[in-house]
Amino acid sequence: MAKEFVARGADLELKQIRKEFPGFTAIDNLDLHVPAGEFFALLGPSGCGKTTTLRLVAGLESPTKGKIFIGGKDITATKPHERPVNTVFQSYALFPHMTVLENVAFGLRQRKVADPLAKAKDALNLVQLSHLADRKPQQLSGGQQQRVALARALVNRPSLLLLDEPLGALDLKLRREMQTELKAIQMEVGLTFLHVTHDQEEAMDMADTVAVMNLGRIEQMGAPETLYDRPKTVFVSKFLGQSNLLVGDVTSTSANSISIDVAGNKISVPKNRAEKHKGKIAIGFRPEKATFSSKKPTATSAKNVIGPGEVLDIRFTGVSNQYLIEVPQLGNITVFAQNMTHFAPIEVGAKVWISWDVENSFGLSDLPAKNVKA
Amino acid sequence: MAFAAFGSANAPAAGKPTRSGKVVIALLAPGLAYLGAFFLTPLFALIMVSLEVPDPNGGYAEYVPAFEIGNYFYVISEYLPHILRSFGYALAATVLALVISYPLAYFIGVKARPWPLLQKLMLTLVIAPFFISFLLRTLAWKQIFSNESWIVSSLHDIGLLAPTQYVVGTPFMVIFGLTYNFIPFMTLPLYTSLERLDLRYLEAGSDLYASPSKVFRKVTLPLSMPGIISGTLLTFIPIAGDYINASGDFLGSSSTSMIGNVIESNYLQINDYPSASALSVLLMGVILVLVSVYVKKSGTEDLL
Amino acid sequence: MRFSLGKLTLPLYAVLAFIYLLIPIVYTFVFSFNNSLKTNLIWRGFTFDKWTNVCQREGVCEAFGNSVFIGIISTIFATGLGTMIAIALVRYRFKFRSSVNLLLFLPMATPEVVLGAGLASQFFNLGVQKGIWTIIIAHIMFCLSFVVVTVKARVASLDPALEEAGRDLYANPTQVFWKITFPLLLPGIASAALLSFALSFDDFIITNFNAGSDMTFPRYVYTAAARGVPAEANVIGCAVFALAILIVLATQINGEVKRRKLAKVH
Ligand SMILES: Nc1ncnc2c1ncn2[C@@H]1O[C@H](COP(=O)(O)OP(=O)(O)OP(=O)(O)O)[C@@H](O)[C@H]1O
Ligand SMILES: [Mg+2]
Repeated sequence: MAKEFVARGADLELKQIRKEFPGFTAIDNLDLHVPAGEFFALLGPSGCGKTTTLRLVAGLESPTKGKIFIGGKDITATKPHERPVNTVFQSYALFPHMTVLENVAFGLRQRKVADPLAKAKDALNLVQLSHLADRKPQQLSGGQQQRVALARALVNRPSLLLLDEPLGALDLKLRREMQTELKAIQMEVGLTFLHVTHDQEEAMDMADTVAVMNLGRIEQMGAPETLYDRPKTVFVSKFLGQSNLLVGDVTSTSANSISIDVAGNKISVPKNRAEKHKGKIAIGFRPEKATFSSKKPTATSAKNVIGPGEVLDIRFTGVSNQYLIEVPQLGNITVFAQNMTHFAPIEVGAKVWISWDVENSFGLSDLPAKNVKA
Repeated sequence: MAFAAFGSANAPAAGKPTRSGKVVIALLAPGLAYLGAFFLTPLFALIMVSLEVPDPNGGYAEYVPAFEIGNYFYVISEYLPHILRSFGYALAATVLALVISYPLAYFIGVKARPWPLLQKLMLTLVIAPFFISFLLRTLAWKQIFSNESWIVSSLHDIGLLAPTQYVVGTPFMVIFGLTYNFIPFMTLPLYTSLERLDLRYLEAGSDLYASPSKVFRKVTLPLSMPGIISGTLLTFIPIAGDYINASGDFLGSSSTSMIGNVIESNYLQINDYPSASALSVLLMGVILVLVSVYVKKSGTEDLL
Repeated sequence: MRFSLGKLTLPLYAVLAFIYLLIPIVYTFVFSFNNSLKTNLIWRGFTFDKWTNVCQREGVCEAFGNSVFIGIISTIFATGLGTMIAIALVRYRFKFRSSVNLLLFLPMATPEVVLGAGLASQFFNLGVQKGIWTIIIAHIMFCLSFVVVTVKARVASLDPALEEAGRDLYANPTQVFWKITFPLLLPGIASAALLSFALSFDDFIITNFNAGSDMTFPRYVYTAAARGVPAEANVIGCAVFALAILIVLATQINGEVKRRKLAKVH
């Protein structure tokens, strides 16, 4: 019966969107393309404009400037009830005066679809809640309410489904369960999902494409692996996972790589993994991609080395340890190392060198805040 | 309660001020136009009438528009005792209502919290007097304290009242009636603010101040201030203008006449419209001044 | 203060306070069964007569009927106008907000004699003949603010996301109002209507200034007070009281039942 809901999602395109509230610009020059049928996640810190973006797409807010297209059609001036879009609200917004079944049938009734109750029941089946059809929303748990909200939106087979942190109110365990379930449902029905979250794990786990949003604009967009492997800005490198950043002037350029000088250390990054090839740039690497040793390793064209530094702190996290190492003039560097033995290989206060593959470095387009002026 | 409800000039939660101009006007216009026509204009009419003078060519109860400020001096000098009595009675009854209501509201709102159903039942009892006609319940008190009642005869017997003294018709009886009739207006707002009182404040208070009376003065009382303010306003205002309790047919006598009685008789019986209107305007003016001073002093300016 | 004086003081005090509040009600009830003659001052024995033959007494039922009619019409208009204002106040931001609040607050802060005399002067100036309709006009005026206060609280507790969900689910603004906003505001509107009816039904002062020769129930009692109120008036008063208390209790019990049902699920 799930076939009932299989529909071709449509693609969404936002062009040069700007949204001003009185005295405040929430979104500035936003361009966004969500391909049809994709699970697309919009990820960003609180207040960056994610909800506003969804409200613009749903038509609950109108843009100050710019255009919105769904399936190639300009819907910028269309009223919310005339858009082929449905929303799963952050607070679910289930109608408290209707039963679960009536809630789900609401949209169908509005559009005068034949046999709304039967279709609503099918949708409840899809989210495994048909046994609670006659309850009032207040009589459901948070996770159940979330699934009703999902069914209420899905049943209309919208070209585009908007989800505003639908898992935000759930506890961690339920949240992980629902992530799996949501992803499975999306694959099953084939609709375009635009999912908003500020949980990076959730975004990376579920989405085909992740767009990282900051201060009302998209910083970077791509497959989760790409975003993690090659962040292009300081914000993305810090918001998705952790990063160590080193800043210096470009001193030499070879055919394949560029190098900077950081307090006497030569740090290289492959040319095709650097956003900028000239002047002062920031080069980063992930803590788990680095190793340390108490003897100085030889730097080669394939390996970056810094040090010696002093181990300031060791944090035990189970499978791995997090080592905080202070390297004079470079600042603090974090290294993750798996706990291969039952004792830590070094102690706090030890002198160590840190090394990582040039291949795993990335060059950013901007500089960390404290380095911008220097 | 009702007053405080206007207080929180709450900016709309997620108000979207978009192209709403027309909707707002459509929603507000009928009601506000109504108040304009049947509340504001009449107040203005009242002021105009209060300045009128008798028609030199007309007969009894015929007046012509004028600008006779003297009407105000006249009513003040003529009815000063009534004016003072009104505010005196209103003050006494309000204080009494506060003193009687506070422990009751505290009991319902704080002590009875573990039993919500009991709380609701007790609230129903508090508002029960509202549901029996105002006039009937006032008359009931009149009968209970009538000259022939056993209460009064017992008072005579034990010598608390001289044989020629009675209860009905005295200021005591009028204040008693006023207090009774408006007590729910005091208890409800008090209950509303005490019911929200966080018990942890009281516990913290007992830690810091130790003695219960100090906790009451330093914690409970200040936190229930909004209720006290709207309660006193809600009782004081209608009491100051009431004329049922003080009327000779109910609990009062000619020696307990309040400003409301004077307005009523001047307006409806002897048709001295300018005097009745001047007194009304005075009453309204005094109350507005009192309300704004009171509200300013007690720091709850968001009442308006 | 009082909570220092032993555990029983406060409950005992509450019981005494409730007795005090109920005395005149009980008195009125008891004397509605009095086998009285014209007046109802002394106890002359028990009878159901006054309850079964209320309308025998001239004028009582007519006055009662007028009061009900006036109450219903005033309530309909006051509730409609007040609800609209309440929605506007909570849901929209506009320039003259504080002036509107003041205009709504003033009628509640104005003594009834002043409201009554003012409106009477207005009718007098305009040469309007006083009658049932002038009473209704007056009642709508003073009930309006109370409706706004009551409904406003309900509107404020209504999550705007619910209406947005409605719009998102293909309901146009009119449908959103009737299918979502209105049903959710209904409890607030209903209590505002009850309050409004109660205020209108029991009003004497404003009514007296703006009535012609038409009787309302309070006017009937007032006029009769001089020579003695008949037991039939007690019957009407008590019947209205019983009905009101029943409505209040029913809503409370209903609310409690719902609350318990929910508690069981969670
Ligand atoms: N109606 C409004 N009026 C004024 N400012 C607004 C309004 N709605 C949102 N904003 C502002 O726009 C910015 C973006 O808000 P938005 O709700 O889109 O954030 P968000 O990314 O969804 O945050 P969160 O993760 O906390 O939900 C915020 O700074 C917010 O204060
Ligand atoms: Mg949000």
